[in-house]
Order: sequence, then C-alpha cells, then structure tokens
Amino acid sequence: MLLDILTRLFIKDAMNSKDIARERLRLVLVHDRSSVSPEVLNNLKEDLIKVIRQYMDIDEEALAVNFENDDESVALVANIPVKGFRRAV
Amino acid sequence: MENKNKDGQVIVVTSGKGGVGKTTTVANVASALAKMGHRVVVIDLDIGLKKLDLILGLENRVIYDIIQVIEGECTLKQALVKDKRFPELYMLPAAQTRNKEDITPEQVVALCAQLRPDFDYIFIDCPAGIEQGFRNAIAAADQALVVTNPEVSAVRDADRIIGMLESAAFTDIKLVVNRLRNEMVRQGDMLSVDDLLEHLCIDLVGIVPEDKGILVSTNKGEPVVLNERSQAAIAFNNIARRLSGEDIEFLSFDDESFWRRLTRGLFSSR
Repeated sequence: MLLDILTRLFIKDAMNSKDIARERLRLVLVHDRSSVSPEVLNNLKEDLIKVIRQYMDIDEEALAVNFENDDESVALVANIPVKGFRRAV
Repeated sequence: MENKNKDGQVIVVTSGKGGVGKTTTVANVASALAKMGHRVVVIDLDIGLKKLDLILGLENRVIYDIIQVIEGECTLKQALVKDKRFPELYMLPAAQTRNKEDITPEQVVALCAQLRPDFDYIFIDCPAGIEQGFRNAIAAADQALVVTNPEVSAVRDADRIIGMLESAAFTDIKLVVNRLRNEMVRQGDMLSVDDLLEHLCIDLVGIVPEDKGILVSTNKGEPVVLNERSQAAIAFNNIARRLSGEDIEFLSFDDESFWRRLTRGLFSSR
C-alpha cells in the first residue's frame, strides 16, 4: 500500500494499469470491429510511405497509422512527421 | 403468478470467454427469480462440459439429459430436475458424454417452445466460444445477458459476442459485470464499469462484486442468493428484480469504511 503510493510518487511513468488497459482495449476493439487486421494496416502504412516519400522527406520510424473512434464514427488517422521537403528540380 | 397466461421469456446467458461467471450468473439469477415466486427453468447447453448441475448442487438428482429428450429416450418432463429449495425451479441437464454437434438450433427452438407455456423464465447457460454451441444457445432466446469481467480479454470477447448477437437480430442485450473489485478500480488498477459501458455500448443490468462467498457456495452446491449477507447475493437478487421489471438502483458495493476513507483523505497524496 505504502509502496504503491511511493512508486506512483517517484516513478514518473507509473501509469495506472487501468489506463493502459483502457487504451489497449480501445485499439483492439477498433481493429476487431473494422475487421482490418494489423497486417493490413501495416501494408497500408508501407504504401503510404512509398507515395509520400516521392514528395517529401518523412520520418518513417515515427509514422503512425491508426483507427480512432469517437461515439459513432471511426476515422483513419495518420500521423506523419515531415523532416523536410524535396527541393523542386 | 400474474403473468400466467403469458408465454415465458427465453434468456440466454453468454460471454464468449470462458470462466467469467456465466453458470454462476444463471444459477443465481434463476434462483433469485424462483425465490421471488416465478416459475423458472434453467437449461444447460454446455454439452460435454456441464457445470450447472454442480453449481446448483443437483448433480446427484440427474437421471436423464437434454440429448435423451431430443432423441426421444425420455419425455421432457422426466428429464427436468426439480430444485426442492425453491417453489418452482427446474433444471434440464446437459449430457456429459456427448458434444455440441449432437444438437441443432432447431431442436433447441422446439424444446423451448414446449417449455414456454409452463414457465415465466427459461434460462439458457451458453457454452464458451462462438461455434455450434453458441448458435444452439441463442437460437430460441428473446433476450441475452452478456457476462464479462473488468479485464481486457473478457471485454474483447464480450464485444465480439455482442456483435454476433446484433447480427442475429437481437435487440435486447444487457451487460452483467462480474467480479468487480472496487478497491482495485479505486487504485487505478482495474477497468471501471463506466469504462466497460463506454466500449461495449449496451445497457447494464448488474454489477457483481468479487466475493469469496461465491466459491464457498460453489463448494457446497448452494446458490449464493440463499446467503443474505453476501454482497454478490445482493447483486444477483438485484439483477433478478431488474429482469422482472423493477427499477433498482445500482449499488456501488464500496466496502471502504468511513474511517479508511477519512485516513486516506488525510494522508494520501492522491
């Protein structure tokens, strides 16, 4: 009990396991419901990289493609950090 | 009973994942309704892996099973085991040495049609999984209770089951959250009922707290609703009353004493 409190006070990323569960659940349910497998999503991500790379320099490692849902609708959200633009030739 | 001339409701209790408390829910909600004076029958459709007879403590009184009824070896009436602790509670046992493919959804529908005129509530204990056993269990049901635990894998399976029920045209699907531990929710280490409802988007019919009394009553083969002091018993009684149309407030089952709350408020940083 005391150890718990101390852990949460002093360890910065002692995120509640409940919040981790919520987030994991949210993601897995969006995938389940959309019947899009992580593999399909990964293929989509690789294709996106191919296309966008022709136009700008992007951080491929940090690129994230995911489904996000609010009450009724589901959106495909891609977060693509841009490192720089290709110089016009 | 006031609804004697109305046909009985068929309620399937399902979950997808195993071990979340389907059979315990069936045994206790059915017992609670029987205690209230309703005529109730419980059907164990977990053929090959039956549990309901043990949970209800009726294992020594089983003579025939559901497969024998369907195959015409005995009548439905002969196979029904009466629970003597309640005025009108009966169980139709599963067969232990057969499997789920030995029975069809049509046969379950026919069986329930035979039971409807004589009972107010017909509960179906659905096996875990989404295969034939699940299809058999939902075939005759008018409404579904989905049992889940505040735990990611159970909720994921519940979501899948709700999807399958919806595509089978179920409109009355209600959630039972079982084995909730309030102190863990408070500490931020367990999903709360609100978290589950936010994801599953169906109506809530009961919150059952984790309770050692459940194992004790399972050991004895006595439904926990017979033990008035148990918190789970209160929860199951409340589910029964909600199903029968009463408007009962959801209890928080907060076991934290005033003193602990006070000291926590004074000395805790959170």
